[in-house]
Amino acid sequence: MKLISMRKWWYILSLVIIIPGTLSLAVWRLKPSIDFTGGTQIEFSGTQDQAKLDTIAKTDKLENYTITKANGSLIFRTKTVDLVKQNKLKADVESQISGAKQTRVDTVGPSISKELTRNSILMTVAACLVIIAYIAIMFRKIPKPANSWEFGTAAIIALLHDALVVLGVFSLLGHFFNVEVDPLFITAILTIIGFSVHDTIVIFDRIRENLVRGSYPDFETTVTVSVYEMLPRTINTSFLVWVILLVLYFFGGESTKYFVLALLIGILSGTYSSILNASPLLVSWEEFKAKRKKH
Amino acid sequence: MHVAKNGDLINYSSNINIKQGLDLQGGSHLVYTVDMSGVAEKERSDALASLQKVIENRVNAFGVSEPVIYTAKNGGEYRLTVELAGVKDTQAAMDLIGKTAKLDFRELDAAGTNFQKTDLTGSDLTKASVAFDQSTNAPYVAIEFNAAGATLFDTLTARNVGKPLGIYLDDQLISYPNVSQEITGGKAQITGKYTYTEARNLAIQLDAGRLPMPINIAEQRTVEATLGQDSIHKSIVAAIIGILIVSLFMIFYYRVLGVFSTIGLGLYLLFTIALFKLFGITLTMGGVAGLILSIGMSMETDVLVFERIREEMRNGRTFAYASSLGFTRAWTSIRDSNAVSLIICGLLIWAGGTVRGFAIVLALGIVVGLVTTFLGTRALINLIARRKFAEDTRLFNVAKEKEVSK
Repeated sequence: MKLISMRKWWYILSLVIIIPGTLSLAVWRLKPSIDFTGGTQIEFSGTQDQAKLDTIAKTDKLENYTITKANGSLIFRTKTVDLVKQNKLKADVESQISGAKQTRVDTVGPSISKELTRNSILMTVAACLVIIAYIAIMFRKIPKPANSWEFGTAAIIALLHDALVVLGVFSLLGHFFNVEVDPLFITAILTIIGFSVHDTIVIFDRIRENLVRGSYPDFETTVTVSVYEMLPRTINTSFLVWVILLVLYFFGGESTKYFVLALLIGILSGTYSSILNASPLLVSWEEFKAKRKKH
Repeated sequence: MHVAKNGDLINYSSNINIKQGLDLQGGSHLVYTVDMSGVAEKERSDALASLQKVIENRVNAFGVSEPVIYTAKNGGEYRLTVELAGVKDTQAAMDLIGKTAKLDFRELDAAGTNFQKTDLTGSDLTKASVAFDQSTNAPYVAIEFNAAGATLFDTLTARNVGKPLGIYLDDQLISYPNVSQEITGGKAQITGKYTYTEARNLAIQLDAGRLPMPINIAEQRTVEATLGQDSIHKSIVAAIIGILIVSLFMIFYYRVLGVFSTIGLGLYLLFTIALFKLFGITLTMGGVAGLILSIGMSMETDVLVFERIREEMRNGRTFAYASSLGFTRAWTSIRDSNAVSLIICGLLIWAGGTVRGFAIVLALGIVVGLVTTFLGTRALINLIARRKFAEDTRLFNVAKEKEVSK
């Protein structure tokens, strides 16, 4: 029966997990994919000679480009270049670096990338607002001392926790392994938000039920009993989703690997935060309110 | 006795195949912005439809099976997206698609065997539309020329009475109506034994050649096939492994209820695949992820109900009573959690783009999952609820006399 009374330790653990990622986010941010930045990205396979490609690009009078290594090939990225220059670069690279071959060219225009970035931000903000409103409305009949906005806020804090964990991990991955954030990643974040709220709501729903019944002496006991009652289901369902995601991670396509990884991390964090952050936060909040009344 | 022929079998299996999205097959994804500055405001949406038709013709000429072409208006910008499955050479595809449509009228040469170019072109055309004959009601295509075009058309028809005129779009013959008489005034009718659709198609093609709509590439990408034929098999195997592990876990943990839930899962998969076919949903990698996630979510509904049933049994209720309580009491949390997921899916579908497929499949899966649990699994439970043997709590992995910790 210690899960809730140990809450200070859970808060500290959460901070320990979140801080490195948040620092990384603040300093290095995320590496947006070409979908968000716009521009042209050319892949040359069969070479790892970064310096040579750099020299060729310079003689071809290309500017503001980056060259990165990615499993067995080089990725050349720049703002949108016209076809003439593109073809010149292709011909020069393929003739001057033996074994090099242009395997793909992707171009995303500025109007499309701007729209995608705007939509992604809008979607995430809208999702959070909808969740707070939904919880506030569904929990409006909750008995005193709790009130529905506290539940909504606690759910959002848990959700931000999960989003921060995943964003932090991908900021670190981006800095050290050139992992980029693409539209699928936004989908993953939204799914994680959904899952996190899913888990939190199920526990909150039980707290509401037990509060209505009023069979426990105080708020902390009610929350503790509710969390324990929901523990098997929370762990079982997360476990089931995890199993399926793990299978997808190992057998699924290469292009969704990071998508699945984001989900794996997010769902783990979501289960943790709904049991050990969201519910204890409700107790801490009541404690805080009670203390203020005394003074 | 009826023996199925080999052919029947093949048809049967091809009916189960779900359309694969570009990211599963690999290919080219091209997005164009359409420059509508030369087209009058009220004509633009029709013009976009004409353009789509023209591009479709060009792509078909390129020999791509089932190209996907769609148009959209985003803000003030008109866009045309072309997806070519299996085409890796984006450059060649772009060269073909990127041209501005060219319409011209041709007459037979002296020998009467080949069409040769004349001065009359699409830019002389001011209108092309479908109309109906007053007496016979047969559809025909009405065309109108500007002043210069009318003069050219007059001389052209005068020299070719009784002979066909070739109408070419992108150097391809699209129609060759016979000239019945000299036509003055620049208004003509192209009649033939057209159905309405045929007449409309011709009018659309003529329109496309009439309107100046240059297109510019806005996005170009080669999509790597994420699932080759080989890994499709691998993924199916992976899905089966995943489902097996989940089912075994459910049966191990919830015993009889787990068996019901596994049957429910089977129904769920059948329904979902049927709906995919019914709505003609194209499966993308995002869709596969959505499908797998929705399996997890539908199992979650089962777990919520089963946990509730076990809890009620631990509190001393019979299985019959506990199972009906389980469904009603678990409902509020199931409703609230799924409502939030569906709202998020709604946002993703509304936002469109690459995440749309994922959201549609996930939303569909959530709804189907709720239906199979609350109708299918529930019916199975009701089937045994009042039987004598259902009083044995071991069947549901419920320890007797276990006190709820307080």
